[in-house]
Amino acid sequence: MTAPVTIAGLSHRFGSTVALSDIALEIAAGEYIALLGPSGCGKTTLLSILGGFLSPSEGIVRIGGRDVTRLAPAARPTTTVFQDYALFPHMSLRENVAFGLRMAGMARHARHKRADEKLALVGLADAARKRPHEISGGQRQRVALARALAVEPDVLLLDEPLGALDLKLRRAMQDELKAIQRQLGTTFVHVTHDQEEAMAIADRIVVMNAGRIEDAGPPARVYRSPATLFAADFMGEMNHFPARAGPGCVETPFGTLPLDPPAARDLVVCLRPEAVRSDANGTPLGAATVREAAFFGTHGRVHLSPDAAPEALLIAHVAPDAMPTPGDRIELSADLQAMHVFAKEGTA
Amino acid sequence: MTGAARGWGFVAPALIWTIAFFVVPFAVMGAMSLATLEGRSLIWGLSLANYAELSEKAYLGRALRASLEITLTVTLVSVLLAYPLAWIIAFRVPPRWQRLALLLAILPFWTSYVVRSYAWLLVLAREGVVNQTLMGLGLTAEPITLANTRFATVTGFVHFFVMLLTLTIYANLVQLSPNYRRAAMDLGASAFQTFRHVILPLTLPGIVTGAFLTFVLCIGDYVTPQILGGNTELTAPQVIMVQLGRRANFPLAAALAIVLMGIVTLAYLACARWLRIDRL
Amino acid sequence: MIRALPWLYLAAAFVFIYLPVAALVLFSFQDGRLPVPPFQGPSLRWYADVLGDGDLTGALVHSLAVALGSSCVAVALGFLAAYGLARHVLPGAAIVRGLLIAPLTVSYLIVGLGLLIVLTRAGLGLSLWTAAIGHVVINLPLAFAILYASMGAQQQNAERAARDLGASEAQVIWLVALPMLMPALAAAFFLAVTLSWDEFIIAFLLTRFDVTLPVEIWSMLRSGLSPRLNAIGSLVFLVSIAVVLLLELLVFRRRRP
Repeated sequence: MTAPVTIAGLSHRFGSTVALSDIALEIAAGEYIALLGPSGCGKTTLLSILGGFLSPSEGIVRIGGRDVTRLAPAARPTTTVFQDYALFPHMSLRENVAFGLRMAGMARHARHKRADEKLALVGLADAARKRPHEISGGQRQRVALARALAVEPDVLLLDEPLGALDLKLRRAMQDELKAIQRQLGTTFVHVTHDQEEAMAIADRIVVMNAGRIEDAGPPARVYRSPATLFAADFMGEMNHFPARAGPGCVETPFGTLPLDPPAARDLVVCLRPEAVRSDANGTPLGAATVREAAFFGTHGRVHLSPDAAPEALLIAHVAPDAMPTPGDRIELSADLQAMHVFAKEGTA
Repeated sequence: MTGAARGWGFVAPALIWTIAFFVVPFAVMGAMSLATLEGRSLIWGLSLANYAELSEKAYLGRALRASLEITLTVTLVSVLLAYPLAWIIAFRVPPRWQRLALLLAILPFWTSYVVRSYAWLLVLAREGVVNQTLMGLGLTAEPITLANTRFATVTGFVHFFVMLLTLTIYANLVQLSPNYRRAAMDLGASAFQTFRHVILPLTLPGIVTGAFLTFVLCIGDYVTPQILGGNTELTAPQVIMVQLGRRANFPLAAALAIVLMGIVTLAYLACARWLRIDRL
Repeated sequence: MIRALPWLYLAAAFVFIYLPVAALVLFSFQDGRLPVPPFQGPSLRWYADVLGDGDLTGALVHSLAVALGSSCVAVALGFLAAYGLARHVLPGAAIVRGLLIAPLTVSYLIVGLGLLIVLTRAGLGLSLWTAAIGHVVINLPLAFAILYASMGAQQQNAERAARDLGASEAQVIWLVALPMLMPALAAAFFLAVTLSWDEFIIAFLLTRFDVTLPVEIWSMLRSGLSPRLNAIGSLVFLVSIAVVLLLELLVFRRRRP
């Protein structure tokens, strides 16, 4: 009911457009993977290749050690939860969930029993006789999940499964998806463009851009020390400063910082808003003037003009009970290990 | 002016036109079917004599029967031929060639209706293309009688309705989310099972709508049976035209028309469950 | 073998669909009196014959006039009715809609027969005008249905915005509703012209001295197979597909992404 996935040397082209280039990824059995990236980054193409709906131009997909690259969807130990759910509108929920078992030749009584179990798993035991149009969007999403799980796949593929739900429902479904995955131990591969969703559910996040993997790792690692500038920006709000490489250090508008420079002349230093400190306990960044301050409940979000670089805009998160007002002067500092240096794009 | 009054102002021209030139003529035709003909003069009344004649005179019964049989055959054969064609265009032909394939499949639709039946006469006539080819190949010594038969009528109709149904069924197939097919195959369904359990039920309303349209157009058509079937076997519309022309028996023609309407209404009720009249 | 089956079916279907058209066009170039094998020619004599026939060219002009005139009326009436029903809450709207759509479910023969009875009873003469009236009856429901279906919520919001910005009812229709409906209006008009141009039975029943092209072709048919019929049929087909292809290229292609 679970299996590891190996993707090696995978490339795919649509005509002359390169959708995926040289993707390599190892997924452990029972892992929850989020494929994260903007639309057009290739994440859905990768999922379609895993599901068998597309045959890759090059490369290999192994599931449980078996080469499945050229196998039809039905012959793979995978099932897919589609973005539009693709529930069969002329069948009851029970018949929808039992469909895969029926195709496998399971007798009516046995497959309906199994379907009812899966519906109970997603909290829809009472609705087995209803039709898809009679239930809400969130419920349809659950039925699609139950239908895909009913055939007990080794790997479950989810294509933006929560995209059509409103924010509150999405958060609730994230928790539920993760709980179900923990309970079953099935490998889940989940495509999303929402980095908060990826962090909420995944054991490991794979950040993709322009057909390549930018970064792959546990949410905290990818958030705190991203491998690339793209991953840094995509995972959440980020302050950028221009910088230059010095001998074993980085020259910034705030002075020379003892950071390890990559091999490029023009650099970008990144710093998360919550890593900007409004005290003097870290590496000093000098004084700054408050331009705007907004209250967000868990924190205050402040726009600052640093004296060292007045034209640059710096975003900082401050404690919600210590909100500054526009015009206030603040002394800034930051932890060195929260700063990340990347080559400026196009100069590496 | 109130909103409703202004609304009626917009609707009125179309409504008046429909009432004056459709509803009133239809009512008059209904009344006419209850009138009788004495010599050459018309007696209005509430007589069922024309309907009685329909059930008594064997040639009238035969005509209605022929119309019904031909129409049902044509509808069934057209759907059975058009569905695979639409399927192949929608799912086998690569997307960039689909529009062209569809356009080519329905291009002869735009030959004039009368000319299309005539063209089949060229193909099926005693000296026509089919017979000359068969004899040329030595498959038959004598020409086969193809024209002026029910077979010719059905062939002409099927040719027309296969094009019409291919278009409507194709539109139905491509508007389905491709994820239905993917989901079915993902869950282990074979191509046939996918068709049987998923695509067919989902396209049934479209098929029934197309079949109903075929039924309505076919049962009321005069041109195709007249050109291709000839006078060996008359259909109901041919009999109506004979009554209008040579015999000037308008009441009987009207009664026959009303019966045809009744058959169409029955067909409508039979498939009302699946019909989407707004999709016609 | 199994893989080739769909393509074999496609090929067979195309042979069936094009067989009569091919016979029609091929034997229009026949250099003989009968449009049947063996093929002799090619010759253009039947085209010259057809184009020099005053009855035929007259019928062609009549057909064009009836098709364009009746389609204009059908689309105009259909638009007004659709606008009225889509934008105003009217008591009995469902019945009115049903009534306007009703002629769709009735055979052309019966529509023509009803009109013939009324017109002859009323002592009105048959002419191209009466045929055009009949064509409006059959095309009005289609135009209405197409336009009514196109007047969605998005368009309604645009009309509200225009009214909000001070446009009068006439300005709303002329400056917002009509331009936004242009594709649907074009589709309805094109469909109506096509159906009217090709319609036989109503025109046959409701015309007398001046007739439309299908009726003229019908009367030529009485003398049996003739390459003249092939020539006129091929010409009509050629013009029709030229119009269809032109529309496909100019109008419908632009609407695709």
